[in-house]
Amino acid sequence: MSQLTKSSINGGEFLIKETDAQDIFIFEEFNEEQKMMAQACQDFVDTEIHTRIEEIDSMKHPELVPSIFKKAGELGLLGISVPEAYGGLGMSFNTSMLIADIVGAAGSFSTTYGAHTGIGTLPILYYGNEDQKSKYLPKLATGEWAACYCLTEPDAGSDANSGKTKAVLSADGKHYIINGQKMWISNAGFADLFIVFAKIDDDKNLSAFIVEKTFGGITMNEEEKKLGIKGSSTRQVFFNDCKVPVENLLSDRGNGFKIAVNILNIGRIKLGAGVLGGCRTVASHAIKYSTERKQFGVSINTFGAIKQKLAEMAIRTYACESLCYRAGQDIEDRMQALAAEGMPDAEAKLKALEQFAIEAAIAKVHGSEVLDYVVDQGVQIYGGMGYSADAPMERAYRDARISRIYEGTNEINRMLMVGMLLKRAMKGEIALFEPAMAVANELTSVPSFESIDTSELFAAEMDVIKKLKKVFLMVGGKAAMALADKIESEQEVMMNLADIMIEIYAAESAILRTQKLVSQRGEEAAAHQIAMSKVYLFEAVGKIEQSAKEAIGAFAKGDEQKVMLMGLKRFTKSEILNTKELRRQVADYMIEKGKYPFS
Amino acid sequence: MKILICITHVPDTTSKIQFTDNNTKLDKNGVQFIIGPYDDYALARAVELKEQLNATLTVLNVGEAETEPTLRKALAIGADDAIRVNAFPKDSQFVAEQIAAIAKQNNYDLIMMGRESIDFNGGMVHGMVGELLGIPSISPVMKLEIEGDKVKMAREIEGGKEYLEAKLPLVAGCQEPIAEWKIPNMRGIMSARTKPLTVVEPASQNVATEVINFQLPPAKGTVKLVDKDNVAELVRLLKNEAKVL
Repeated sequence: MSQLTKSSINGGEFLIKETDAQDIFIFEEFNEEQKMMAQACQDFVDTEIHTRIEEIDSMKHPELVPSIFKKAGELGLLGISVPEAYGGLGMSFNTSMLIADIVGAAGSFSTTYGAHTGIGTLPILYYGNEDQKSKYLPKLATGEWAACYCLTEPDAGSDANSGKTKAVLSADGKHYIINGQKMWISNAGFADLFIVFAKIDDDKNLSAFIVEKTFGGITMNEEEKKLGIKGSSTRQVFFNDCKVPVENLLSDRGNGFKIAVNILNIGRIKLGAGVLGGCRTVASHAIKYSTERKQFGVSINTFGAIKQKLAEMAIRTYACESLCYRAGQDIEDRMQALAAEGMPDAEAKLKALEQFAIEAAIAKVHGSEVLDYVVDQGVQIYGGMGYSADAPMERAYRDARISRIYEGTNEINRMLMVGMLLKRAMKGEIALFEPAMAVANELTSVPSFESIDTSELFAAEMDVIKKLKKVFLMVGGKAAMALADKIESEQEVMMNLADIMIEIYAAESAILRTQKLVSQRGEEAAAHQIAMSKVYLFEAVGKIEQSAKEAIGAFAKGDEQKVMLMGLKRFTKSEILNTKELRRQVADYMIEKGKYPFS
Repeated sequence: MKILICITHVPDTTSKIQFTDNNTKLDKNGVQFIIGPYDDYALARAVELKEQLNATLTVLNVGEAETEPTLRKALAIGADDAIRVNAFPKDSQFVAEQIAAIAKQNNYDLIMMGRESIDFNGGMVHGMVGELLGIPSISPVMKLEIEGDKVKMAREIEGGKEYLEAKLPLVAGCQEPIAEWKIPNMRGIMSARTKPLTVVEPASQNVATEVINFQLPPAKGTVKLVDKDNVAELVRLLKNEAKVL
C-alpha cells in the first residue's frame, strides 16, 4: 500500500504546501503494459482514423463512425474504466487518462469517444444500482451500445439546473413520462442509450434517467453544422411523452444536478489529458513541415522565430502533461486509500474525484488553452499552407476550439476553481486563512535578506514557486476580505485568481516532474526538460504578476494597494533567464528527433 | 497443430538511424523498437490459423533481454507462449541455427516468419532454417491456406504470382497481403503478462560473417533544374559534375 504511506495532499492544498518530487507520478513512469496499451491505441488512431479523417468529417457515410466505434469496442478501448465484473478492464485512473490522451489526436472521433466513455457511461458506473450496472455497463463497455448525455437545453447551458425538461409519473406509477428538448448532444445520432436530466414534477433540482432509444418518444433534428469536430454526431434531441420505467431513475430523485456536476468533473480532467495527443501530433507535424519548407535557401526551422514557436509548443505541452498525470495519480491514490478503508469502489472514486475537483478544472482550462496555442502556432508555422484545408493544421485549428467551450466553459471553470477553494476554506477543509494571514503580516514586516543556496538544481525555482504561492495568498486573501460575499459577482477578479492558481500548478508540476526525472536519469539526460521547466516558470512569473496587478487594481486602494504592489514585487522577483537560448536548445532537439520527443 | 512464429525486434520504420562506437553499433537512444513488419504479417496470419484450426502459437526471438516487450506484444496479439534465445543476433546463420535447434526439440508443423527483417534485410533465415531441418522453405509467401497436411500458397515472382502446394512441415517467409496487421486488444495486453515467456541460452555460437562497420548513405544532394531547351547544359552537368556520361 505505497499509496497510503506517501505524504498525501488534499485537493487545492498545492497552494499552501510543498510537494516532494518523489511523491508525484510522471509520464515517464508508465509501465510496459500501459505503454503497450497506448501504442495499440495509437495504432488504432493511425489506421482507423487518420487514414480517413476526411471521410469521417464529411459525414457522408452515416455507418462509418459507428463502425469505427465498434472497432474501438472490440479493442477494449471503450471499457478501460469499467470494472471487469461489468465486462470492462478495470484499469487505473491514469491508464484511462493515457488512453484519452492518445485518442485526443483522433480529431472529431475523440469527442465521440469521450462522450461515450465519459459522460455517457460513467453516470451508470458511479450512480447506478446493481441491476442498472449489470444491465447496461457490459453493453457500453464493449461498444454494443453507444451512449450520450442529455443535459444542455436551449435555455440551460452553463446554468444547467435551470433546465425545463419534465418527468411526470404515469397514472399506474410504473413509468416516468419525459417531455422536453435537449441540444448539443454528442453521439445523439447513433446512440442507443441516453442519460437524460429532467425535473420530476416541480422539483427544484434535476433528476437523472437512463433512457433506451427503444422506449420511444425520442426524435431528433438534423446534424448540427459545426466549426470543427465535424465527424462527431451532434444533434438536438426531443422527448415527446417518452415512457421511462421507474426503475430507470438513476440514483435518488433530485440528485441529478449533483450527478451532472460530478460527472463533468471527471470529464474535465479527462479533457485535460485529451488535448495532449492533439498537441503532440500538431507539434510533430510542425517540426516536419518546418524542416521541409525552404525559404531564403534554408529550412525555415533554422530561423529563431520558428524555433521559438516549436519550443514553446513543447514547453506548454510538457507542463500540461506534468499536471494532468500528477493530478490523475493523486486521484487514483485517494481512491485506493478510501477503498482500503472499506468504502465501496464507486463511492471512493467519486469522493476522490470530488477532492481533486480544483485540479480537474485546472487541467481542463490549462489543457484546452495549451491546445489552442499549439494549433494556432501550428497554423502560423505552416504559413499560407496552414490556412489551406489541404494541410492538417486547418482541421486541427477548428477541432481544437470546442475544448474551451464544452465540459463547462473555461470561464465557468475558472469561477469554479476559485469558488470551490474559498468554500473549502470557509468550511475549514483547507487551512487557507492562516497562511494568508502570515503573508499579510509579512507584507508589513522587514523583508528577509536571507539568500538561498542556488547550487542545487531547481533550488532557486522552488523558491520562486514558494513566493508565487504567497502572491496567491496575498491577493486571494485580501480579495476575500475586501469583497467578502460579493467576490462571486466580481468575476474579473475571480478569473485573475484562477489564472494565478493555474500557472502555479502548471509550473510546479513541470518542475517536480523534471526533478523526479533527473533523480532517475541524471541531469544530462534531462537537460531539455530542465530547460523547458525553467522557461515555463519564467513565463508563469510574468503572467502571475500581470493577473495579480489587475486584481489588486480592481479591489485595493491607497496604502493597501501600495503595500500589496510592493509585496507583489518582492514575491515575483526572479533571476533573468536567457529564454532565447533555452528555447533554441529545446527546438534543436525536437528538430533532431523529428517529433515531440518528451513523452 | 503447432506453429512457430519467428519475430525480429527492429527499429520503427520512421526512426532516424545513427551509429556509435566507431560506426559499429546502432545508436538506440530515442529509437522505438517494433515487431519486424513482415514478421508481423506472419504473426497476423498465424493468429487467423489459430482460430481456424485450433493451433497453438509459439513466438520466438533471438535477442537480449531488451526484446522482451516485443515478445510480449506478440503474446498480446495472440501467441500462446514465447521463447527468447538469450543472445545478440549476430548474423543470419547464427539466428537460423538457434531457430532450428528450438524447432528440433518441439516438432512444429509450420514455421512462419517475415520474408526478411527490416534492419539487415538479409532475407536468408527462412531458407537456412529449412535447410538445417531438411524441410521445404518458401518465400515470399503472400497467401497461405492449410487443408489437412497440405499447404496452399501464393508466392510473388518476377512479373506475377506463383501458386504452389506443399506438405507440412515447412518454413514460410511471409509478406503482405497474407493477412492484415493486428492491433492487440486491451484484454490481450493484460493477459500477455501471465503467458509463459521462456528464456533459453543459444544452442551454438557459429557465425558466418562479422560486421566491420556501418556507413550511412550519403545525404541527398540538391536538385538542379535545367531548362528543357538547354540540353547542352544538361549534358555538361552529367559529364562534368555527376560524372555519369
